[in-house]
Amino acid sequence: MTVEAQREALFEYLLRLGDNALILGHRLSEWCGKGPVLEEDIALSNIALDLVGQSTLWLEFAATVEGGARDADALAFKRDVLDWRNFLLVEQPNGDFAHTIVRQFLFDCFHVELLQALSKSANQEIAGIASKALKEALYHRRHSGQWVIRLGDGTEESHARAQAALDALWGYTRELFEGDAIDEMMMQAGIAPDPGDFEENWKQAVGAVLAEATLTVPDANWSIGGGKKGIHSEHLGFLLAEMQFLPRAYPDAQW
Amino acid sequence: MTAGHDWPLWEVFIRAREGLSHKHVGSLHASDAEMALQHARDVYTRRREGESIWVVQSTDIVASAPADKESLFDPADSKIYRHPTFYEVPDEVECL
Repeated sequence: MTVEAQREALFEYLLRLGDNALILGHRLSEWCGKGPVLEEDIALSNIALDLVGQSTLWLEFAATVEGGARDADALAFKRDVLDWRNFLLVEQPNGDFAHTIVRQFLFDCFHVELLQALSKSANQEIAGIASKALKEALYHRRHSGQWVIRLGDGTEESHARAQAALDALWGYTRELFEGDAIDEMMMQAGIAPDPGDFEENWKQAVGAVLAEATLTVPDANWSIGGGKKGIHSEHLGFLLAEMQFLPRAYPDAQW
Repeated sequence: MTAGHDWPLWEVFIRAREGLSHKHVGSLHASDAEMALQHARDVYTRRREGESIWVVQSTDIVASAPADKESLFDPADSKIYRHPTFYEVPDEVECL
C-alpha cells in the first residue's frame, strides 16, 4: 500500500470522526433557548459545545493530514452534502425531546466504545484527542442514559414517545458497526478498531438501560446506511444550509 | 420555556477546592437526586468552579424565621468579650 493511499484513508477516517461530532453537535445546538426546562437547555448546549469542540480537534488534524490546502473551518463550512462522512443517525432531525435523547443515547453508547478503543491508537495524535473526548462522552452517556430511564419508565406519554423514537431510529444503528475498506486500512495500521468488535458491548450497554427504562429493543426489519460514503438523507442539506450560511455569505467575517 | 413546575427545588453546594467547605451557589429544579446532581454539574460547574457537588432538597432545609432575627442575633451585639481581641500577642508569633 502506498504512503499516499494511507494518507488519504487516514484523512477520510478523520473526516468521519469530525463530521459525526460536528453534525450531532449542531443538531443539539438547535435546542439552545428551546429546552424543556432551563437546566436541560444548558445541559444540551454543553453537550453540543463538547461535540463541536471535538470536531474542531478532529478536523484540524484532518486538515494537517490532507497537507494544508484547507483548514478546519474550510472543512466544516465549505463542503457540500456529498462530501460529508457522518452517520445518518446523527443528522436525523431533533423531533421531540424523547427523540433527541434516544438518538443521543444510541450514539453516546457507541461513542464511548469507539473513543475507548481510539485512546489506544498507534497514532499518538488520535490517542490524545480520543482520551480527552472520552471523558466528555462518558458524561454524555450518563446524561442521555438517565433521561432514557426516566422517559421510558415515566408517564404513559413519555414512555410512548421514547419507544416511538427508538423504533424510528433503530434502523440507523446498523451503520455504526459496518466496517469498510477505510476501516480495514486503519485496523491494519493499528490506528483504529474494527467497529464490528464493539457491537456486542454496545448492545449490552443499550439493552441494560432500555430494560431499566421498561422500553423494548426494536425488532427492526430495516436498516439503512451510507453516511460514511457520503450518501445522506434529505435532512443534511437543510442542516448545512443553516450551519454554513454565515461563512458562505460573509467569507471574511471575523468575530 | 416552562419551568419544571412539578419538579422539586434543590439547593446546590459546590466545593471549589480540596480543603475548602461546600458553599451554597444557587438552586435548580430536578426530578430526583441523580438528575439534580447532573443539572448542578451542567449549570454551576461549566467553568471549572468545583470538584465536589452537594444537592439538598430545599424542603429539607430548616431555616430560622426572619421574625426571630432580633431575639436570635441581637444579643450577640453587646458581647464584645466573645471576640478574641484582648490577648496580648507576642511579637514572635507570625501568621495571625
